[in-house]
Amino acid sequence: MNRELRAAVFLPSGARARIAGWKQGVELRHYVVYAAAALIFLLFVVFLRDDGFLTSSNLINIGRQSAPIAVMAVGMSFALASSEIDLSVGSVAALSSLVAAEVVGGHGFVAGTVAALAVGASIGLVNGFITVKVRIPSFLVTLGMLGIVSGIARNMNNLQSLPIRNDAFREVFGSGSVGPVSSLLVWTAVVGLLGHLALHQLRWGRHVLSVGSDRSAAKALGINIDRVRISALVVSAAAASFAGVLLASRLAIGRHDLGENLLLTVIAAVVIGGTNLFGGRASVAGAVAGSVVMAMLNNGLILMGLRVSDQLIARGVIIILAVSLSMREQKES
Amino acid sequence: MNSEPAVTRSGQPGSVALEISGLCKSFRAVRALDGVGMTLRYGRVTALLGDNGAGKSTLVKCISGVYVPDAGTVRVNGVEHAVSSPEDARALGIETVHQTLAVIDPLDVVENLFLNREHTRGGRIGAWLGVLDKKRMRKESEEILSRLDIRIPSLRRPLDALSGGQRQAVAIGRAVAWGQQIVLLDEPAAALGVEQAARVLELIRSLRDSGVAVLLITHNMDRVTAVCDRAIVLRQGRKTAELDVGEVTKDDLVAYITGARTDESAQ
Ligand SMILES: Nc1ncnc2c1ncn2[C@@H]1O[C@H](COP(=O)(O)OP(=O)(O)OP(=O)(O)O)[C@@H](O)[C@H]1O
Ligand SMILES: [Mg+2]
Repeated sequence: MNRELRAAVFLPSGARARIAGWKQGVELRHYVVYAAAALIFLLFVVFLRDDGFLTSSNLINIGRQSAPIAVMAVGMSFALASSEIDLSVGSVAALSSLVAAEVVGGHGFVAGTVAALAVGASIGLVNGFITVKVRIPSFLVTLGMLGIVSGIARNMNNLQSLPIRNDAFREVFGSGSVGPVSSLLVWTAVVGLLGHLALHQLRWGRHVLSVGSDRSAAKALGINIDRVRISALVVSAAAASFAGVLLASRLAIGRHDLGENLLLTVIAAVVIGGTNLFGGRASVAGAVAGSVVMAMLNNGLILMGLRVSDQLIARGVIIILAVSLSMREQKES
Repeated sequence: MNSEPAVTRSGQPGSVALEISGLCKSFRAVRALDGVGMTLRYGRVTALLGDNGAGKSTLVKCISGVYVPDAGTVRVNGVEHAVSSPEDARALGIETVHQTLAVIDPLDVVENLFLNREHTRGGRIGAWLGVLDKKRMRKESEEILSRLDIRIPSLRRPLDALSGGQRQAVAIGRAVAWGQQIVLLDEPAAALGVEQAARVLELIRSLRDSGVAVLLITHNMDRVTAVCDRAIVLRQGRKTAELDVGEVTKDDLVAYITGARTDESAQ
């Protein structure tokens, strides 16, 4: 029987063409963010040259701006991949900057960092438990958490910023450098690499995608879907609190609003990077590239001399456009 | 034809592998299963028949741990088990091809075959972290698929880039490869072409010959007479007949399924 069966199993040409089309879709989805980055870069080089876009200090500045966005985006990739969303990331970053500032002052740099990360991870754990055990969609749980955490951050130091005088803390994360490379970028690369490895090389990453793609199938295969969903939200919040540490270290303060307004930017960065907003697909490298795109856009709007209010409007329009373009890309593939 | 046993295992042919009795499962007002009993034997293929909505998939899900039955017992190798999760069922050597296949679209063929039973590398730390041993899984996947004579164009391809029949072949391959004791097949050939379906029947025979207890759900009476030893008919959640396939005609089977005939002794 073998010959006929083999012949039957090999695909008819129509199916082959479909698969070729699918491959193209993958390539587009994976590379669209890099193409967008290059295009925006070139546009700004041409149109914002006189405003100083291409100066080395401005480019370094873009890199620094993108670091906390990218770190949060890596974490958010896992939340989205598991078909959850974490709207509390901005507020978690802010609270973590305050916690870091507070604890670094009294107990040194390691304790401060650990405390900030622990606070972030615990918030993620609470988010996850409520989402999974009480069966409330994560967008509602984390939206509530956003309010709670912002409130706590505002109470913590009465809306005042808390200065950080610990040199080690500032050197290691925010203002130091490894050779010519800012330590912020080094940490971003480390987080990106860890995220990428976790997604592709660890069982956990595959399980996150499985749960996000088809929860009941994952359950039928014996995957502990509750644990996977909770862990994805923990990772998201922990990454956000590390972003808060980076911000605190760069600015040498903790403050109730550091990183607070980055939520939409982060989601946009992740989605233009090729991660599906509804789970099952994720790209950590794409999320990092998307963060650079978002940081460039922010920078460009400022250099254009737009007022803050107009920046807000432009940013909103750009985010909706960018996300809708990349979502269409995802649906076609 | 590659007909060596797919995997080696299990008890004496003819001895009882799985015995359920009094199984009940309701979804709100719907009594999907109402006191169903059934026995699966090693080295035998049992057909589970019934019209749409008769409760066949529900029964399979109760055995494979997806649903927890409201009442009734499940005995595996004579020991009563509370199969309360798919992991329990897998640990008992029960593998299932669900009607919905339960494959993960964005993952590739190897990842689907090994999902939730991944090989890890890097010793104990690697196992704790879950560091995937991709090379080993790929190699074993090739072995599994060639041993089962299932051909997939590329193991690197995600499932949503495969045809419906190929997706089904992956799901079947997974169950057959890992099913040490009991394999439950919920319409495994529904999306398959003629030759692929014939291929699945071959797989079922080789499973049987290697001593596995097989439950086959199908709406195709030719397949029942081709591979099944016994047939159980469900109707509106109740068992209405239990028959020796060799002793009835296809028309008889259809009559039982539609309710034109019932077998009072089955209840
Ligand atoms: N998750 C569920 N929630 C509510 N009702 C359900 C659920 N699953 C099954 N049912 C109901 O239980 C009954 C049995 O369904 P089941 O899927 O077991 O049928 P089946 O015999 O597999 O049918 P088919 O041949 O169409 O696959 C049906 O009336 C169905 O509507
Ligand atoms: Mg069914």
